[in-house]
Amino acid sequence: MKFSTDALLSFKRAFRFLGASCAVRPLPLLLLLLLPLLLLPLLSARPAVPSRADLVIINGAEPESLDPAIITGQADGRVVRALFEGLTRINPTNAAPEPGLAHRWEISPDGTTYTFHLRTNAAWSTGQPITAEDVVYSWIRVLDPNTAADYAGQLFFLKNGEEFNSGRIKDPAQVGVRALDAHTVRAELTGPTPFFLDLCAFPTLAVAPKFAIEKHGDRWVVMPPMPVSGAYELVEWRLQDRIRVRRNPRYWDAANVHSSVVDFLSMDSPMTAINLYLTGRADIIWDKSLVPGQLMDALRRRPDCHTFDYLGTLFYRYNVTRKPFDDVRVRRALALAVDKRRIVEKITRGGERVAAHFTPRGMPVYDPPAGLDYDPDQARKLLAQAGFPGGKGFPVFQYLFNTGKTDEQISVEIQAMWQRELGIRMELRQAEWKVYLVALRALDYDVGRSSWVGDYNDPNTFLDMFMSNNGNNRTGWKSTRYDELVREGNRQTDPRLREKFLREAETLLVRDELPIVPLYFYAGIHFYDSARIEGIHPNLIDEHPVYAIRKKRGSEPVSSNR
Amino acid sequence: MVEDREAEEAGGGETMASAVALAARHSPRPSVRAWRRFQRNRPALVSLGFLLLLAGFIVLWPWLSPFSESSMSNAQFQPPDGRHWCGTDIHGRDVLTRMAYGARISLLVGAVGAGVSLLIGVTWGAVAGYVGGRWDALLMRCVDILYALPSVVFVIVLIATLEGLLKSWLTRVAGTNFASSARLLFLFAGLGAVSWLTMARIVRGQVLSLRHRAFVEASRALGASHARILWHHILPNVWGVVIVYLTLTVPSVILYESFLSYLGLGIQPPMASWGSLIAEGAAQLNPIRMYWWLIVCPATMLVTTLLALNFLGDGLRDALDPRAGA
Amino acid sequence: MYFLKRAIFLLPLLLLISALAFALVRVAPGGPFDKEREPSTPDIERNLKAKYHLDEPLWQQYLRYLGGLARGDFGPSLKYRSHTVNDIIAQGLPVSLILGLLAFGFAQGVGIPLGFYTAVRKGEWGDWVGSFLAILAVCVPGFVVGPLLVMVFAIHLGWLPVALWESPLHAVLPTLALGLYFSGRVARLMREGMLSTLHEGFITTARAKGLSEPAILIKHAFRLAVLPVVSYAGPLLADLLTGSFVIENIFRIPGIGVFLVNSTQNRDYPMIVGLVLLYAVLLLVLNLLVDLSYSVLDRRVKHG
Repeated sequence: MKFSTDALLSFKRAFRFLGASCAVRPLPLLLLLLLPLLLLPLLSARPAVPSRADLVIINGAEPESLDPAIITGQADGRVVRALFEGLTRINPTNAAPEPGLAHRWEISPDGTTYTFHLRTNAAWSTGQPITAEDVVYSWIRVLDPNTAADYAGQLFFLKNGEEFNSGRIKDPAQVGVRALDAHTVRAELTGPTPFFLDLCAFPTLAVAPKFAIEKHGDRWVVMPPMPVSGAYELVEWRLQDRIRVRRNPRYWDAANVHSSVVDFLSMDSPMTAINLYLTGRADIIWDKSLVPGQLMDALRRRPDCHTFDYLGTLFYRYNVTRKPFDDVRVRRALALAVDKRRIVEKITRGGERVAAHFTPRGMPVYDPPAGLDYDPDQARKLLAQAGFPGGKGFPVFQYLFNTGKTDEQISVEIQAMWQRELGIRMELRQAEWKVYLVALRALDYDVGRSSWVGDYNDPNTFLDMFMSNNGNNRTGWKSTRYDELVREGNRQTDPRLREKFLREAETLLVRDELPIVPLYFYAGIHFYDSARIEGIHPNLIDEHPVYAIRKKRGSEPVSSNR
Repeated sequence: MVEDREAEEAGGGETMASAVALAARHSPRPSVRAWRRFQRNRPALVSLGFLLLLAGFIVLWPWLSPFSESSMSNAQFQPPDGRHWCGTDIHGRDVLTRMAYGARISLLVGAVGAGVSLLIGVTWGAVAGYVGGRWDALLMRCVDILYALPSVVFVIVLIATLEGLLKSWLTRVAGTNFASSARLLFLFAGLGAVSWLTMARIVRGQVLSLRHRAFVEASRALGASHARILWHHILPNVWGVVIVYLTLTVPSVILYESFLSYLGLGIQPPMASWGSLIAEGAAQLNPIRMYWWLIVCPATMLVTTLLALNFLGDGLRDALDPRAGA
Repeated sequence: MYFLKRAIFLLPLLLLISALAFALVRVAPGGPFDKEREPSTPDIERNLKAKYHLDEPLWQQYLRYLGGLARGDFGPSLKYRSHTVNDIIAQGLPVSLILGLLAFGFAQGVGIPLGFYTAVRKGEWGDWVGSFLAILAVCVPGFVVGPLLVMVFAIHLGWLPVALWESPLHAVLPTLALGLYFSGRVARLMREGMLSTLHEGFITTARAKGLSEPAILIKHAFRLAVLPVVSYAGPLLADLLTGSFVIENIFRIPGIGVFLVNSTQNRDYPMIVGLVLLYAVLLLVLNLLVDLSYSVLDRRVKHG
């Protein structure tokens, strides 16, 4: 792997320039120092950036990969969903699973066996047919320890999936997925999994090209042409620049793919995103992290700002293994003294909803329980009962949080609220991201800021994380009753009965035991002009298939709408 | 060719001039002469006055101000008025008060950076340039290595390995109030580690050029010790560039602090520094809406202070110049 | 001779830097695979570590890394898992080099004449105004200058693009934002160098000989006066050529400056060490060139 000649040339240029500058006399030296200005024309000589894409989307952080088995981030997922399809895909309007590469399926009465029938006209963008063998290969590859997929857990619902991933079973044939014939796949699950069809639309379970992966190994996604199964194929991927895709003519539903060339811009700075959007260089901003929080109140008044509910909760954890947070009265007292309304109205200002419970509203067949409201009087009483009247004797403790302006502002608010209402002193401990994660995981904190975004549209994606042995628990709180309730709930085939169990579990979480305190539910935010762009519909998982998005006919790109 | 001959002749004329310089240095009471020269420098005097006022403001304001550094209110984003002279921020905190507290951190950071740069950087560079040869190579390669290693990683490691220890030690020795300033010490260590490197290079470059000058050779021939030559003959000719580079180091470390804070490695909220206030205010430079006071107030304060510091430095430089006339 | 000696020492020096960097990043808490979302089982993390040999003893990993280096391979990126460090440097470095050289040219092109002018006009209005501008440039950080330039020239006047890296026009604002700060520093150093040189004996001699003032200033004074600027140019150019985190972020430029900071935050070990090495090579070579130029500019400087 050598540097491109481009890079080598630039190197040489740099050194020649320097070598010259120190060997010559003063006046020419001055002129030579200005020499780099001559490099300006070189910029135009670089591979010409093709004309503006039909649709320019500001997508979020740079994707870690475009390999469906490897990615974990939401921004990565949005691009990968355009490139790769699974057995199902999500409906652009309501985000429910609908037929993708499989055009129909049967589910056994006990809900543990799924039989998928693939489309016979499904083909890779390079021409080869997509077969049941490809599906089995893709899923086994996610579980294969050598792939080292972070999200392998999404396939632990398959029989022997976890065992194969951990290396306890070596034979992939024992995993519960097999091809019955060229166009039929059968999946056997460990138990009824009501959200399995949602999972099939999740990027991790998308179908990836065996022939390309076996040929190029880990680098298959940067080796053109990359065979894809989805609506778009990759044209170019320049890091920190853009991912350009164009319509895949071999996609089974190509007739309904509306924009032929789409650019995904990756960036980290919200100000830059807004500037590009306002000057007409981008059509859509659809990542929450790219909306400048401090301007939210002004931006929300614009007609091209669209806010909606989605599956994300900001909360804080208690480390229940540390005194005095082992006392549930202390945990509840602190929770009651947080004025969440002030936080969403004064700080975040993006239309977030105050959270009394952990799971956001709106998931199918689940109504979350009532939690705790703001009640500083009750809080003071509880704190006194716990032995700290007026906060006397309460040890100085730390609030752990990560870098980020909004999180910093929220923590500063909470610090002041507890000081004012309860008379207790808290120090803020802002930590660099990885340090923050290590501290949370090692329970090296007192109270810690946390957040969670659901992977699929089901309360389980929120509730299973506080099971005793879940790696995401990170509170030290272990409740056999909670574990029992979640497990029992997931065994039910009757959705109403399941809701009853899960609700009871969540009640433990947000009212009775309180290892965590939810603060607010995130609001999804998009910027696009609905007079010009159509096909984006708000939904809880904030996923919007690119193939359905298009510019309205006759709409001209605005140069600037200041 | 012609040029070379001229340069040689020019070099020949140097002995005379440096003899004059030597004489000037040995005239009585050089400090008095320096002070006189300084007094004649109007901008430097004004700058000194401004800096004294600023010091007074920093010390006294916390007592005079009706607000405390972290007291919040519902008066969010108030533009400047009679009550809040520099307006309020998102938490309804008084910006002027935060600037006064922030000044302590920023000026301390600047002073530490400049101090380390002066003590270590100048000594290191002067010794390397004067001794030359193998020692020069060794000392300068150390500088190169330190310069090449990523200082951010260094600070992360420092904080991760030592913060807990230092904190518990501080708590034992000085109580919990001081324990929270542990992070500040690491900030200083991190800033100190990088602030002197360029200074060392620059001083070494100057000393290399000075050490073979006629007046240095002359005093060496007269049997002066190396320390004496360095201190009396070489360093006085370097002070000018040292002062100028010091005044450049102060803004760069103050801004570097805000970068570390942005990465979560600097000061802990709700503390403020000028750098972090300006970084916060920079978000106001947008086409949607500007709370202009959040950027204008802290930036004005930083810029005037640094301007004063630079003009003061220029005054000092002229006053200390061994070759300047009376 | 001196050059050869220094050049021979480059290699062991780079080895030492790579070893130090390699060890330093491992001491930092957290690893490349720590994420907000814990993998469902510890096995998943074990698989990840095994795949990238992070489960081996450190010395073995380092030897493996050196082996890769010998073949010109900086290893895989642990954050951008489909790319190698070579891929990322090959994509980003040319961009950073161009922007860095432009900014360097701007800093020197503006800084040196400004410093020269303020020194010659010392004590006059020209000096005050010039010095004021130079100090202003030093005090206002890139994260303020950048957005300010964008506001004025890209949004209100609409003359230049707000961000991205597509045409020569796109390079104008980033060059200004990056170069202004350094032009101020260069101007200050140049002024100082010039002031101290103007007092030198040989200038007096030259004047006595009746040489014209511009000839004195440019032919004789400039060579010595530029020394501090030259000393500073080595680290400055190395910094500029490896990109600027702030400027690349504001103008969304696909250089390697962003990776320099992000790889640290991501604990992307091969990426950090690779970029440190790249930076070190630039720095060492540039400083060597600077040291050589001393004897060219001032013939009394002898190396050895």
